[in-house]
Amino acid sequence: MGDWILRSGQYQQLFDGLQLTLQVLGFSFLLGVVLSLIFGVMRMSPFAWLRGFALAYIEFARGISSIILLTIMAIALPIMLDIDQASLLMLASIALGLNMGGYGAEIVRGAISAVPRGQTEASIALNLSPGQRLRHVVLPQAMRLILPPFGNLTIEILKGTALVSIIGMSDIMQASRNLIQQQLSAGVSGVTVLFLNVLMIYFVVAQVINGLFRLAEWRLERRYRARSGDLPRLPSDANIAGAGN
Amino acid sequence: MQATEPVDRPEFRPHRRWYRRPDVLVPMVLVTIGFSLLVGAGEVTGRYQSRFTAERDVVPDWEYLFHLIPQMLRGLFVTARATVLGFTIAVVLGFLMALARRSRLRVVSWPAVAIIEFIRSTPILVQLVFLQALTRATDVVSLSGVQILIVGLGVHYATYCSEGYRAGINSVVKGQWEAATALNLSPWIKWTRIIIPQAVPNTLPALGNYLIAGFKDAPIADAVVGVSGLLFFANTIRAEDFRPVEPYLLIGVGFLLVSLPAAWLVRRLERRLAYERI
Repeated sequence: MGDWILRSGQYQQLFDGLQLTLQVLGFSFLLGVVLSLIFGVMRMSPFAWLRGFALAYIEFARGISSIILLTIMAIALPIMLDIDQASLLMLASIALGLNMGGYGAEIVRGAISAVPRGQTEASIALNLSPGQRLRHVVLPQAMRLILPPFGNLTIEILKGTALVSIIGMSDIMQASRNLIQQQLSAGVSGVTVLFLNVLMIYFVVAQVINGLFRLAEWRLERRYRARSGDLPRLPSDANIAGAGN
Repeated sequence: MQATEPVDRPEFRPHRRWYRRPDVLVPMVLVTIGFSLLVGAGEVTGRYQSRFTAERDVVPDWEYLFHLIPQMLRGLFVTARATVLGFTIAVVLGFLMALARRSRLRVVSWPAVAIIEFIRSTPILVQLVFLQALTRATDVVSLSGVQILIVGLGVHYATYCSEGYRAGINSVVKGQWEAATALNLSPWIKWTRIIIPQAVPNTLPALGNYLIAGFKDAPIADAVVGVSGLLFFANTIRAEDFRPVEPYLLIGVGFLLVSLPAAWLVRRLERRLAYERI
């Protein structure tokens, strides 16, 4: 084994690829969050047909492999529906987002059903509309339970974005393949080091995502504790001193 | 009135040994038969070929689609076999990882945590190509594509399984550990007779979910290390006939046909275990 570190030009190419990976991650995360909220709430709907529709979607999204969904989206669907294949970024994000939505919806459903029933009953008694009930009472409380598994799910989606190289997008994985093709002289051990570096980059990104979710959890927890427990403490005598001026 | 209550109803006796309980024995026998059929059938080789020309303007052409089904099943078999073999590694290795992680020696537990976290948060696609590059570079072993998939899937899902086992082991109540210590049981007896029989059934649904997840990840290897599974089948047909719609739709359906019943079985198992734990 030679050096464990690549040249900076090589890192430059990998980081160019990383940008696309992060773009796909961002778009599919947005779509996934929206879908999981919609379908998670739909699973709890009083209408049987809505529940059934949501269940069908969730079972489909969780049952199908993300890579097969991705290839269907990127290769079969454009031909079937006669749409332009140029927007691979969009198609890939939709495929991964659909996949994430299925898992996320189950998380949202579990979290909503874990909110005590008294909360719902109280908000009905206060004459809140179903929308208000969801937005101001149930979801904020469910959010504490939603965040930790969503962090894991986002890392799963990050891992899923590596698949877009298979359908020909130039993400970090594709960048590393390009590097191999450009520098065949680096030899077989160079390839190992290259992929080890790619793995490290993914690991670092995953840890950053993990940290962001921890931060969000911490902020949420702090707010929640402040509301339900003691009142937030004011800085020492600040208000009294300020009152004199 | 009370005397007429049916008395011959089989009473629920969870303390019977597992081989005396049909509700445990029958699934176990079925799983064993399925496993040995899948593994014992050997590797399926040969290339995929369409012997049928689809009509150009009809999408999807149903007749063409139906004629692809036998080959799709062959690809499904290759994928399923590799998944099962890989998961066998994962189940064993995962338990060792769980033990290493909860070891009291920091020399053992810290590297275990680092390795588990690293493998869990990196894509299996990159791990597979890394494994391929590693075996090529070191020249110690040379693995075929399927073997790379089996090892890669095994190691990747071992980390997931180890988390499942860890939760299961932690769910054994403290009194059981203390009682085992109080009775002066040897570590071997403590683990094999006290802890594992209580911990492992609780982890079975999680392991089942990981098996399904592994099955969903297995086609990745078709694209990167050259396993002739489902996705390889679709890619070959597409390259031969320039007909992408039918093969890709077909493998989507084939996938759902396996993974949805499997997920249903896992949910049943989960409910059943939740019932027995009470």
